[in-house]
Amino acid sequence: MIHSKEYKLTQAVSHVVCAVAALCAVLPFVLLIIASLTDSGVVLKNGFSFFPEKWSTEAYQYIIQEWQTIGHAYLMTIVVTAVGTAAHVTISMLFAYGISKKNIPGMKFVSFLLIFSMLFNGGLVSTYYCYVRYLGIKNTIWALIMPNMLMNAVSVILIRNYVMYTIPSSLMEAAQIDGAGPMKVLTRVVLPLSKPILATIGLMAGLAYWNDWMNGMYYLTSRGGSDLYTIQIVLNNINNDVNALVQSKDLMQQLGTSGSLPSTTIRMAIAVIGILPILVLYPFFQKYFVKGITLGGVKE
Amino acid sequence: MKVLLKKRRENYLPYYLMVLPGLIYLLINNYLPMFGVVIAFKDLNFTKGIFGSDWIGLDNFKFLFASKDSWIIIRNTILYNVAFWIVGTICAILLAVFINELVSKRMAKTYQTFVLLPNLMSWVIISYLAFAFLSSDAGFLNNTVLPALGLEPVNWYAAKEYWPVLLVFINTWKGVGYSMILYLSTLVGISRDYYEAASLDGAGKFQQFIKITLPQLKPVVITTMLLAVGAIFRSDFGLFYQVTRNSGALYDYTRTIDVYVYQALMENADYGMSGAASVFQSVIGFVLIMLTNAFIRKYEPDSALF
Repeated sequence: MIHSKEYKLTQAVSHVVCAVAALCAVLPFVLLIIASLTDSGVVLKNGFSFFPEKWSTEAYQYIIQEWQTIGHAYLMTIVVTAVGTAAHVTISMLFAYGISKKNIPGMKFVSFLLIFSMLFNGGLVSTYYCYVRYLGIKNTIWALIMPNMLMNAVSVILIRNYVMYTIPSSLMEAAQIDGAGPMKVLTRVVLPLSKPILATIGLMAGLAYWNDWMNGMYYLTSRGGSDLYTIQIVLNNINNDVNALVQSKDLMQQLGTSGSLPSTTIRMAIAVIGILPILVLYPFFQKYFVKGITLGGVKE
Repeated sequence: MKVLLKKRRENYLPYYLMVLPGLIYLLINNYLPMFGVVIAFKDLNFTKGIFGSDWIGLDNFKFLFASKDSWIIIRNTILYNVAFWIVGTICAILLAVFINELVSKRMAKTYQTFVLLPNLMSWVIISYLAFAFLSSDAGFLNNTVLPALGLEPVNWYAAKEYWPVLLVFINTWKGVGYSMILYLSTLVGISRDYYEAASLDGAGKFQQFIKITLPQLKPVVITTMLLAVGAIFRSDFGLFYQVTRNSGALYDYTRTIDVYVYQALMENADYGMSGAASVFQSVIGFVLIMLTNAFIRKYEPDSALF
């Protein structure tokens, strides 16, 4: 009872601090969504605001009108995310299970190659050059799937640790004694038991693919690669066009036009569409995301 | 005996096939570019390829370090990394401590959900969020916040003096949820007995934080510091490129090595300079990781990375 005053104070202060942090985190998203629903005339007059004078769905009407372009980019995002994530999980799982068999000659060296890839890399320029010059990846779908995303050491190590330390080895041995080959042990015993870690890895990879704009920026050009644009790449290109226009503002004023750029509210609406699936699905995958952080933060 | 050996060898084959796709990917994505670092020492001609181009020794590096830009980008990269680590760690620890204090686990989880949200977004999206606040014509700051405080509007994307603070703020805003989870998972593991004993001895909350919580967090802090030191020559390209809208007026305070490499490569197609800068970054990064790990291995073996 003596502590009750201190107890109440600690709880109150903690709630206030956490609530302020939570508000800081969320308010920009609220502003983005409200901005996309604001009348564009009001934006010109008052700027973006949390309480706009006049609401409007014109930005979304425009997007529906232009659905051919934006819908196509959306479809590309979904395709790249699905294919990339499936490939990432499959390749990582196979690799992890292979190197978990430390006694097989050569596997230690393979593990070393994996770990070393975390410590040293050729750098952006060399990677870019190799992909473009020797693998001819420019303006192909591979450009969005392969560079730096198809597999990474962290995913493999997390799966390997799970296979080695969480799945009882007696189960794998029993299956082997029953005459199951390595592939059968993997698909019938290891895979079903690895679902939690694969869900976490798949989520991390899926988010990375959904959010990626860099591969598109490096390996797609507007001439040959525009069919492959994802939503993030479209948003990035709009940014670049706006920046280019701002830097040539005088020229614009002479021409008396703002070019063919979508208005700010439309740009905000495209961004909202880009994050909508993440916002909607977040409550469902949060558990796996948090797990991914705590696992990934722990060293090898 | 011979039969047994043969059977054994056959058994290994499926395992080798399993690692094959990943191994091929490592060779393409990691090892081929590693050999490609020689481009930093070549006068690269795209059609001749890496190995057909002429050697020019250290000329690329001489050009790079002769330019004034090189020192600015190195300074920016290092200083931002230091600021990010210090501010990020302090905010994350404080937030984790307050969330851990909450008795209502349901509320704690709700706060955690919100704080983690920015971490799910790409830097492109964050550049749109920042634009909604910072745009000189339509931004929330210029139209609502600054007038309310009686201040003049600011042309944010041209006023470089604000950007060190803005970038540290935005980086912390995006990353604090992530690091908070790391610290929280350690805090949850600290036995309540310590705190109860301390409070029986009359230690206040603050003293408990200094004497119990911080020492328990030390290994995690050291690990993250190690990683940060190893990556001190790297910067998050998305933050410095997208959030600043690549505005030239801000370069003095916002251009880092990664932005420079991007510009030299994609905007000027200058393989020499960009190659030298990116190889410099990789080599220094590698040396720093090995050094810090060796150092920590000697003084705090439990915190060593490998």
